[in-house]
Amino acid sequence: MLGYYLDLALRSLKRNKVLTALMVIAIAVGIGASMTTLTVMHLLSGDPLPGKSGTLFYPQVDPDPGPKQKHPYDVMDYRSAFDLWSAHRADRQTMIASSQLRLTSPQVNLPPLMAKALSTTSDFFPMFDVPFRYGNGWTAQDDVSRARVAVISSDLNDKLFNGANSVGRTLRLRDTDMRIIGVLAPWRPSPQFYEVAGGRYSNGDTASFYGRPEDVFMPFESSLEVNSGGMNVFTCWSLPDPAHLKTAPCVWVAVWVQLNDAAGVVRYRHFVADYAAQQKAMGRFAHADDTRMPSLMEWLDYNQVVPSDVRLQTWLAFAFLLICLFNTVGLLLAKFLRRAGEIGVRRALGASRTAVFAQCLVEAGLIGLLGGAGGLLLTLFGLWLVRRQPVEYADLVHLDTAMFLVTFALAIAASLLAGVLPALRASRMPPGLQLKTL
Amino acid sequence: MQIQPILTALRKHRLATMLIALEIALACAVLCNACFLIVNRVQQTRVISGVDESALAAIKLTGYDPARGVDLNARVLSGLAKIPGVQSVSAINQVPFGDHAGTAGITTDPEGKRFGGVVDFYVGGPGSFKALGVQLVAGRVPQPGEYQPVDFFVPDDSAVWVTRVLAEHLWPGVDPLGKEFWTGKFHFRVAGVLAHLARPYGGEGGPSTIEWSVYVPAQPGAQLAAVYLLRADPARLPQVLRDARAAMATIAPDAVLDSKASQTIGSLRENYFRQDRVMAGILVGVIAALLLVTALGIVGLASFWVQQRRRQIGVRRALGATRGDILRYFQTENFLIVSGGIALGMVLAFGLNLMLMQHYELPRLPLYYLPVGALALWVLGQLAVLGPALRAAAVPPVVATRSV
Repeated sequence: MLGYYLDLALRSLKRNKVLTALMVIAIAVGIGASMTTLTVMHLLSGDPLPGKSGTLFYPQVDPDPGPKQKHPYDVMDYRSAFDLWSAHRADRQTMIASSQLRLTSPQVNLPPLMAKALSTTSDFFPMFDVPFRYGNGWTAQDDVSRARVAVISSDLNDKLFNGANSVGRTLRLRDTDMRIIGVLAPWRPSPQFYEVAGGRYSNGDTASFYGRPEDVFMPFESSLEVNSGGMNVFTCWSLPDPAHLKTAPCVWVAVWVQLNDAAGVVRYRHFVADYAAQQKAMGRFAHADDTRMPSLMEWLDYNQVVPSDVRLQTWLAFAFLLICLFNTVGLLLAKFLRRAGEIGVRRALGASRTAVFAQCLVEAGLIGLLGGAGGLLLTLFGLWLVRRQPVEYADLVHLDTAMFLVTFALAIAASLLAGVLPALRASRMPPGLQLKTL
Repeated sequence: MQIQPILTALRKHRLATMLIALEIALACAVLCNACFLIVNRVQQTRVISGVDESALAAIKLTGYDPARGVDLNARVLSGLAKIPGVQSVSAINQVPFGDHAGTAGITTDPEGKRFGGVVDFYVGGPGSFKALGVQLVAGRVPQPGEYQPVDFFVPDDSAVWVTRVLAEHLWPGVDPLGKEFWTGKFHFRVAGVLAHLARPYGGEGGPSTIEWSVYVPAQPGAQLAAVYLLRADPARLPQVLRDARAAMATIAPDAVLDSKASQTIGSLRENYFRQDRVMAGILVGVIAALLLVTALGIVGLASFWVQQRRRQIGVRRALGATRGDILRYFQTENFLIVSGGIALGMVLAFGLNLMLMQHYELPRLPLYYLPVGALALWVLGQLAVLGPALRAAAVPPVVATRSV
């Protein structure tokens, strides 16, 4: 039956090529626009560490001695961060701070460049499933002994060493020689979740959260000696002395913890709260009642990582798809009612209303399929346009299998939805009246 | 032209009429709001920086040894001044549309109780005030003795120049000359008022704080190094900047040139607003596609109606209706449907605007967008229906005698 309906639908579509083309174009344009924006949304709002993100948490305390703020600072002062980290109460924990520093490689003849560096601790790599190409990360012992070792990104390895195994070679970071002990495989988390902070000050312009990870990773304490005075500071509650960042009234260190079970999460929440209370008792904190510990995904939501322009584009695209749908409903109605005579004959020969309804829907679905194919091409074109935009996430944008299937599903669903009303109308026509006018 | 028969005919096609009207309504809502968004974006890109953008460029160095800032300043300032075409070169901590380097909260009392907002401090060395080309509206220009050394951030006690907008915010309706404000231990006294000076990055408090800037004269030193303001004849500026960037390799081999920040102020401005322009472009594209789809819908349905009514048209023609009558019938019909859609669309437009206001920092949709949007849709409807209506008018009266 379906085959026969498809044959009928094809004949009917061929009969009025202009009307068919109009409908297919309307569906294709609507699907192309909405799938382009939906794909970007899907890529930007996805889970950066599927399967693991539920075990990662971001403790927050409020070290500001001033009047209580609505939210604690997005990152911590050094003392609080170090205390939480060195307590080792979580399954894994790491401190994170970023900086830029001058990088040269004695064995490579390239002009010095400014590299983005991440100061962190040994747990960073296993905690965030960071993939290694050569070598591996440093040990907890290296953190303590302030070893002069570094892990570099695959991009930097390609640039300096043409992708060869550079473990054991030396980088000069500012004025210190650091030994390379690991090279990462290409790693491009979306967003760069471990450094997300300050989203609520960005006025929705959060594209920078989707930048590339740093080129150089160093043990935290080593980096403070190597790049003293060069660390990026989130903010200060009073004017700081940049030479003594460890004691400065500034927040600049993020802490991440991994807690593998629910009981551990509860225990750690208590631990952070107790720590704040203890610091308040010591007089170092003024507020201890607002310690928080969002999970990774909660933290991303709190920072509204998806740029507001992207959300706006998605809304626009779906409003547009809706208009295209109305358009298609109108055109399908015209098309089906024009065949009133034909439908009348079928009904008179014994076809049920359901059969006519099904036949009309098959025709609508076929239009959806054609529109989906056109929509796919337009989506690919749209994504190509997005890739050419000067935004941090441009290189991330691609159509994955899931979105490929969604494109057709959405196109057919949209056209079937558009087809229901006209098909219903067509199936309800009284056959006698139509036969009379033939 | 009688409207009554048209309405009666439309009542027979209630569903199709409603669909087209709904499509028009949605198009009207999206059209008005998208246009409003475009105008907003474009307005944002029109920020008056207050400086001679076409004559200025910035050079930014990184990666040098902070302890050698004084030496770096000396080499760069003298080195850049020798480049042909350079009119002046001065040290400054930040430039409009560049990276911000002097953001701090201020208070209008020494105890730090009366918060005045978060402002941006332009800390400029000798020559920078003149080079920037800022327009002084009250007070005097900085005197040579007022460029003081900086221990940290800004001089401890300095005469400063504030923008008119900031002065009006801090001391509404009062002459700001001689007024004082503080940041921690640092004390400032207003010596002049500037017409405009935009902060490097949009203010945290939204577009109204974009001009909350303060100019502080200071002596280049370890705390004021690495960013330099070049002034040249606008026609020669790109060449001068190219030469200056190339010269940095020999003047300051110990530092790394920050390529992204070492641009003409014009290019920095362009980069700064690129995302807004891209978004405006996308919105224009959406509007064009929207109008096209709507027009196609009208064409499709009108064509169907014309074909369906061939016999009636033939009868009307046989009974004496002219081609003009038939043409006007379809035009009026379209006008009525579009008008219905617009009436609903205006309500939708306001609803959509309320939604956007909640999620984005958007003002209320000005009323005059509605008649403009309505006019656009009326014109679109008439253009779209013209083809089918002309075909209808061409139906010969003899059709009436056939196949009845």
